[in-house]
Amino acid sequence: MKGIKAIIKKELSDHFSSYRLIIIFALITMVSLITVYMVGLNIRHELKGIAKPRFVFLMLFTSPGAMFSLVQFVAFFGPLVGLILGFDGINRERNQGTLSKLLSQPIYRDVVINGKFLAGVILIAVMMASIVLVIAGLGLLLVGIVPGLEECLRMGIYLFLSIIYIAFWLEVALFFSILFRNTATSALAALAIWIFFSFFISLGASVLGNTLAGSAETDTTESLVRKAEIVKAISLLSPMELYSDATTLIIDPRRKSARSVIAVGPMEQISMSRFSGPLALSQSIMVVAPHLIFLTALTLVCFAVSFAVFMRQEIRSV
Amino acid sequence: MDQQAVIETEALTKAYGHQIAVDQLTLQIFEGEIFGFLGPNGAGKTTTILMLMGLTEPTSGKARVLGLDPVRNPIQVKARVGYLQENMGFYPDLDARQMLRFIAELNDIPSESVEARIDWALNTVGLAEEEKKEIGAYSRGMRQRLGLAELLIKDSKIAFLDEPTLGLDPDASNRMISLIESLCRDRKMTILISSHLLHQIQRICHRVGIMIKGKMVAQGPLANLAREKFGVGKETFTLEEIYMKYFQEN
Repeated sequence: MKGIKAIIKKELSDHFSSYRLIIIFALITMVSLITVYMVGLNIRHELKGIAKPRFVFLMLFTSPGAMFSLVQFVAFFGPLVGLILGFDGINRERNQGTLSKLLSQPIYRDVVINGKFLAGVILIAVMMASIVLVIAGLGLLLVGIVPGLEECLRMGIYLFLSIIYIAFWLEVALFFSILFRNTATSALAALAIWIFFSFFISLGASVLGNTLAGSAETDTTESLVRKAEIVKAISLLSPMELYSDATTLIIDPRRKSARSVIAVGPMEQISMSRFSGPLALSQSIMVVAPHLIFLTALTLVCFAVSFAVFMRQEIRSV
Repeated sequence: MDQQAVIETEALTKAYGHQIAVDQLTLQIFEGEIFGFLGPNGAGKTTTILMLMGLTEPTSGKARVLGLDPVRNPIQVKARVGYLQENMGFYPDLDARQMLRFIAELNDIPSESVEARIDWALNTVGLAEEEKKEIGAYSRGMRQRLGLAELLIKDSKIAFLDEPTLGLDPDASNRMISLIESLCRDRKMTILISSHLLHQIQRICHRVGIMIKGKMVAQGPLANLAREKFGVGKETFTLEEIYMKYFQEN
């Protein structure tokens, strides 16, 4: 990939000197600091005088502070970071006439989009890693517990998942910046997709679930379970749902299944609570693997589509 | 001048849907010459240049640039050929040196020689004083000269200059034309220049081609075209008169 280093370097220096990145970083740092502070105090209060449960450290990420836990926050607003980084990636170059200048240099055309994507991924990685480290560091101070190896591994996997998740949204935004000439149009289109997958798909899923599995009056156990399964299957189309499922499984070892309804009788409940030990790391990974693969596949599909569209575009219209 | 053709096209055609932008173009440009590429707006000049750069694919026909096929080897062609596009884009928040450094990186110029080369290129185009200024604050003439400096950084063998004097004041456009002439003279650059400033083209070009509605209607040294249109002994006709004559006939 000749020239990709130059593009990445240029993109990174552009990003680092742009105000919007500074604003995003400030916002995210602030929110993570506040969250970890509240959560940390909370945990310290609750743990007073009792034996420390396993994986207390991971609770820093999962237990809600004032409004939401950090994991929820990233699932919700992480996409925005990706969108902001990518929405004008190609069409800004096009509008200022630098795209054809770039393309008349001896580099392959795809190097331009690859370079922009990779530069974005590097930024996302730096951002997520610093958030996780800040929280871990402050958590150490507030809770006074050193994370074990397994907890560190789980945090690492969480980090990896988050980077892929936000990279997906970056790719969506880049795709729209290839498709639309106007930067405002591409930003709005990307936002629309984000809103759709964040808010409306769960609504649509429950409507569909109701229609397909029968109305609420004739609820039987079977129809309830079926409905829950349909809703789950549809909402798994949403990257946000995929990501939140995957991260809660990985970072909260007590969760063993992504299923929302588990039908159990009283006897099973008793036996479950007796064996409510956390899931081993390898088992968590196995549960999460399909999510991860699907998320990566979504990113790749999006990448392939933007690649195809970009390669076919006439330079004349550039 | 030795008559080695560095650019050759054979029935080169580009159609956008039903509209034919370039029609069966056969063109030869020789090493070390300045070729004036004339014609009204929308005649297909820019499309021809894009095909020669490998930036767009011809519908039919063949092109050779320095013996390379721009469709099959666009990267090699782009490494040797510089293109100064009409309404050239630039990054407004870079300064001249950063811009040239970026171009050098994209062209894989060994980093130890880059800075000296940038100094030399900026001196040649007369921007050495201005190098710390952001390009956003440059005048149009300065931006065009910076564009020429990019070609110097790449050490292009061939330069395609698409309307390099468009929208420049008389002083800036004279300066640009002299600079282009010196690139050809001192750097042995082969230059294809499209412009509407016919008297300036007449001053510097060795040969001209007139393109109207996608077709090349005349090609050759000025004196030949004059003789062809106005008869033997009428070689003193200006390019402007010749151009208008062709334009009215087509």
